[in-house]
Amino acid sequence: MLARRIIPCLDVRDGRVVKGVQFRNHEDVGGIVDLALRYAAEGADELVFYDITASVDDRTVSPDWVSKVSRSIDIPFSVAGGIKTVEAAGARLASGADKISINSPALARPELINELCDAYGRQCVVVGIDTFEENGTYRVKSHTGDPDKTRETGRKTLDWAAEAAERGAGEIVLNCMNQDGVRKGYDIKQLSAVREVCAVPLIASGGAGATEHFEDVFKQANVDGALAASVFHKSVIAIPDLKRDLKARGIEIRL
Amino acid sequence: MSLVIVDTGVANLSSVKFAFDRLGVDATISDNAETITQAERVILPGVGAAPYAMKRINAKGLTPVLQSLTQPVMGICLGMQLIFETLEEGGSPVKGLGLVPGTITELDTKNQPSPHMGWNTLTKRSDDILLEGINDNDYAYFVHSFAAPVSNITLASSEYGEKFSAIVRHKNVYGCQFHPERSSRVGAKILENFLKVPA
Repeated sequence: MLARRIIPCLDVRDGRVVKGVQFRNHEDVGGIVDLALRYAAEGADELVFYDITASVDDRTVSPDWVSKVSRSIDIPFSVAGGIKTVEAAGARLASGADKISINSPALARPELINELCDAYGRQCVVVGIDTFEENGTYRVKSHTGDPDKTRETGRKTLDWAAEAAERGAGEIVLNCMNQDGVRKGYDIKQLSAVREVCAVPLIASGGAGATEHFEDVFKQANVDGALAASVFHKSVIAIPDLKRDLKARGIEIRL
Repeated sequence: MSLVIVDTGVANLSSVKFAFDRLGVDATISDNAETITQAERVILPGVGAAPYAMKRINAKGLTPVLQSLTQPVMGICLGMQLIFETLEEGGSPVKGLGLVPGTITELDTKNQPSPHMGWNTLTKRSDDILLEGINDNDYAYFVHSFAAPVSNITLASSEYGEKFSAIVRHKNVYGCQFHPERSSRVGAKILENFLKVPA
C-alpha cells in the first residue's frame, strides 16, 4: 500500500536553514546538508527546500547546495524558489533535485506549468500555493518570502489548485498561511475542499504542532503527505516517534 | 567494476551517479556507443515522457547499441519502461527498445490521485539475486503514471489501484519502476545486488 508521507520542510535563506513565524522573524536552525542527513536518517519520506529569498531576488541559477544534498541523501527531495524558466528548472533537476516546485512564477505566468510538464514530465513538477482565508473564502498570495513584497493575486485557491493540476502539475503543496508556524493544527476544512477538486497528490502545509494534527489531516482531509518545519527543527516532535504513533493509529506509514 | 549510466538526454543523471558513489562505484555517464558496449554494467535511467525519450535515444543512434548489450542492464523508472516493446503513452503507441517482452500501459489508479507518487510496498513473486535481502512489504519510492502489467517476467509487484510490475527481469535485462537511488536502504541494497549479478 502507498504510505502517507512525512515531509520536513527546510526554508533556506543565504545558504542556511531558517524558520520564521508566519513567514516573519527568521531564525537560523542549521546547515542544509546537516539537517538533510539528520532527517533522512530519522525516517523522513521526502524533503522540501524552499529558497525563500529567491523569488523576491530574481535568482535563477541552481544553488550549489542542490547537488550537495543530492549527493548526501537517498530519499527524494524537491527544490523551490525563483524558478521562472524551463532552463532554471532543468539546472536544478540536472543537479540532482527530484522535483522542482514553483509558486509565484506560476501565478505570474501559468503557462510555465505546461512548459515544465512538457519538458520534464509532470512527475517532477510541483505547484506550491500560499493560501489564506478571508471571510470564508480561500485566496492565493504570492511573493510570501518577504512580507513587504507579498501580493494578493486575485485568485481563489480552489480554482488555482484545479487549474495548476490541469496544466500539468504532478503535485500540489497547499500552505495554509493562517496556520503557518503557530502549531494549532492543519486547516482540515480547506485541505478537504482542495482535495475534492485536485486529481493529483496533495501535500498539507502549515500548522503542525502535535501528532494528532498529522493523524487528523491524513484521516480527515485524505492528503498524501504532511509537511512541517518548526516542530521538527526544534525537536518538538521526533520523526521516528511520530511515524510509529501514526502507524499504531492505523495510518499507512513507512517505518 | 565499470558501470555506465546511459546519457539519454532526458534523465536526472546525477542522482543515479551519486547513489553508486555511495556504494563506492565510480559510474561513467556517457552516450558513446563504445563506452556503453564495453561497460560491465549498464544503467538506463529516465524521467519524463516516453515518446520524447525514445526520440532522443533514436536521435543519438543508441537504439541498436542498447539492443546489442549482453552484460547486466538495468532500466530505472522511465528507463524501465523504455526496455519494453511497446509504450502506450501520448496518443499513438510508441516503439520501445524491445529488450523485454510486453507493453507499458497507463496505470488505472481507480480514482486515487495520479501520478502514483510516494513510498509503496514490494511483493516478491520470484527469487532472484537482485532481491537478496529484500523482503515483502519493504518500501520503495515510486513516481509514475504508466506501468508494466504483471507478467511472467515480474520479479516483484506493487499495487496502486491495480497491481503492476515493480521489478522485471528478462535474460540480462532488469527494470525497476521505482527509483532505487531514492529508496533509502532498500534501493541501495538493490543497486548493490545489481553489481553482483553474474555477467
